[in-house]
Amino acid sequence: MRLIHKLGDWFDQRLQLGAPIRETMEHPIPRDTASWFYVFGSAAMTAFGLQLATGILLALIYVPSAGEAWNSLQILNHQVELGWFIRALHGWGSNFMLAIVLIHMVQVFLFGAYKFPRELTWILGVFLLLMTLGMAFTGQVLRFDQDAYWGLGIGASISSRIPLVGPALVKLLLGGPIIAGHTLSRFFALHVFVIPGLLIAFVGLHVLMVLKLGINEWPMPGRLVRRADYLEKYHNLTHTDGVPFVPYGVLKDVVFSGFVLLAIAACALYFGPFGPGGQPDPTVIQTAPRPDFFFLWLYAVLSLLPPSLETPALLIGPVIALLVLLGLPFFSGEGEKSWRKRPIAVLTILLTAVALGTFTNLADHAPWSPVMDAGTGVPVPSQLLSGRTPLQIQGALVFQSKQCHNCHSLGESGGKRGPALDAVAVRLTEDQLVRQVLQGGGNMPAYGKNLNPPETTALVAFLETLHPGSQAQAKDASLGPEPKL
Amino acid sequence: MSSSFLEPQGPKRPGDFSRRQALLKIATLFNAAVGGLLAIPIVGYLLSPVTRERKSGYDSWISLGAIDQFPSGETRLATYRNPVADASDGETAEIPCWVRHKDGEDFQVFAINCAHLGCPVRWFQQSRLFMCPCHGGAYYEDGSRASGPPERGLFEYPFKILDGKLHIQAGELPTPGLAAGNKTRRPCQCA
Repeated sequence: MRLIHKLGDWFDQRLQLGAPIRETMEHPIPRDTASWFYVFGSAAMTAFGLQLATGILLALIYVPSAGEAWNSLQILNHQVELGWFIRALHGWGSNFMLAIVLIHMVQVFLFGAYKFPRELTWILGVFLLLMTLGMAFTGQVLRFDQDAYWGLGIGASISSRIPLVGPALVKLLLGGPIIAGHTLSRFFALHVFVIPGLLIAFVGLHVLMVLKLGINEWPMPGRLVRRADYLEKYHNLTHTDGVPFVPYGVLKDVVFSGFVLLAIAACALYFGPFGPGGQPDPTVIQTAPRPDFFFLWLYAVLSLLPPSLETPALLIGPVIALLVLLGLPFFSGEGEKSWRKRPIAVLTILLTAVALGTFTNLADHAPWSPVMDAGTGVPVPSQLLSGRTPLQIQGALVFQSKQCHNCHSLGESGGKRGPALDAVAVRLTEDQLVRQVLQGGGNMPAYGKNLNPPETTALVAFLETLHPGSQAQAKDASLGPEPKL
Repeated sequence: MSSSFLEPQGPKRPGDFSRRQALLKIATLFNAAVGGLLAIPIVGYLLSPVTRERKSGYDSWISLGAIDQFPSGETRLATYRNPVADASDGETAEIPCWVRHKDGEDFQVFAINCAHLGCPVRWFQQSRLFMCPCHGGAYYEDGSRASGPPERGLFEYPFKILDGKLHIQAGELPTPGLAAGNKTRRPCQCA
């Protein structure tokens, strides 16, 4: 025991860290911040620590070469003892880290913790969020499969639209003219050196500021922040009703971090690693690239924006979002902290959450994507064929063979790119159907050149049968009332 | 923290002190100048993917094989090895494209990449459409936009026929921003 003490003294004489560490541990924090609401920051840091550790472990095997990366992931999954588990920990750790960072941000926003004097802590936090998203995207690239390859193409296509510098930026992003070896190498450098280095530095500053400026006190409705007297009030609060940071402040952090690690490990064990999907061979085009979970909302937005709005929205939207986040502590640096008295703040969070949730859910179904194999793989429901004339059945054949089914559903099967056709004859008359098929319009290609007259006649005859028994067919009002039967 | 050891020993002499400060400024300037000089090759190295294009360009003429591989009136998938490639590229240097043989010596060669965000478009022979699996862009057989989010038709490679072989000028991932600039320097073979 005495030896340990002596060793400790020896080191402290040289490092001189004992006193500041003791001071940090003992510094008083507001009593009510020792709360389960204040555990997310430390949990994000714990998840980041796990990512660092598992990332280094993966780098022992992973080969950052476009020709080898996919094979080395297979080796990790199937040959290296427990390689699959380390990959799964890293993949699930990434999801947990992003989710916790987002929750942390929402909590900080709703508790007004970004207000004076913690503006810079918030700004660093915004950059930490961007870096975490950057890690998620570059990490998805390192899982070098088909999704990664085509995802890079999407990144390049978006970057290329930036005026003037776009094409040059694409070359810098890809490290050359195409997505290839140099692309993977530079994303490896970003994912393993550049962004983690910045993350470590920014996390260090972020935590330092939390310790220096003190943990945000529990917001009380009506207790307003004013630059003039906040620091004095906070000092009084911590010195009249404060508790030492250790153990009061960190107890719940430690417990929650433990649960986060346990949850990541449980997910890793139960669900296993993510991919890799198909080989990153550009000549294999039978693929429908999808982004990872946290970018699905963006995939939906890119599908749903009108074409003319897309480039401005892509280029200006992120800048505005970033400016709003960075500017928040400056235009709302004082005043009410409690979410109970900040309805707009609460509505903003709810609206953002609902929007992101809706887009993510939509992206899961991707109704805007044609079902690429519906023409051959998804038959016309048989009840739509029974009792039909030969011409109408011939029309159903045309419907299949011309891949109409890829974009139009019948009885819930097939694509959802265009409208469902189960009741199309209620909406359109025969003439309107012919015109729609031949000329297209309303986001439908024109089939005039690809259908000969008998095919068109048969197809429209089939479409004319598509109306529920209870609903009458559409009829041309200009032809006058139907003759009474 | 004791910092006695960093402080100047003995009494401060104002004349000497300001001289030291001036020297420190000069030393800092010297350091900055060397740093600036070193930055030139570093930035040059970082920008090499862009500057290389300015010097020699990335595009060159590549053969897609004999023209009789592409039956008249049909659209077929062809692949080529990218002219700029190295050993670490593996299979990513194999680039696919769609070849449409109109008739005789009239071809259209389309990039595989959707003009919206670069996903691989697929050819549907019966409906004579290219469809994109990502966001649902569709193109007619001549590459013009049919529907969906793309703002333009498919990207086209310039082609020529030499000794019965179809050659295209390619070498770069076509992207919406780039292709707009490309149009002017492309010899017009677009019908």
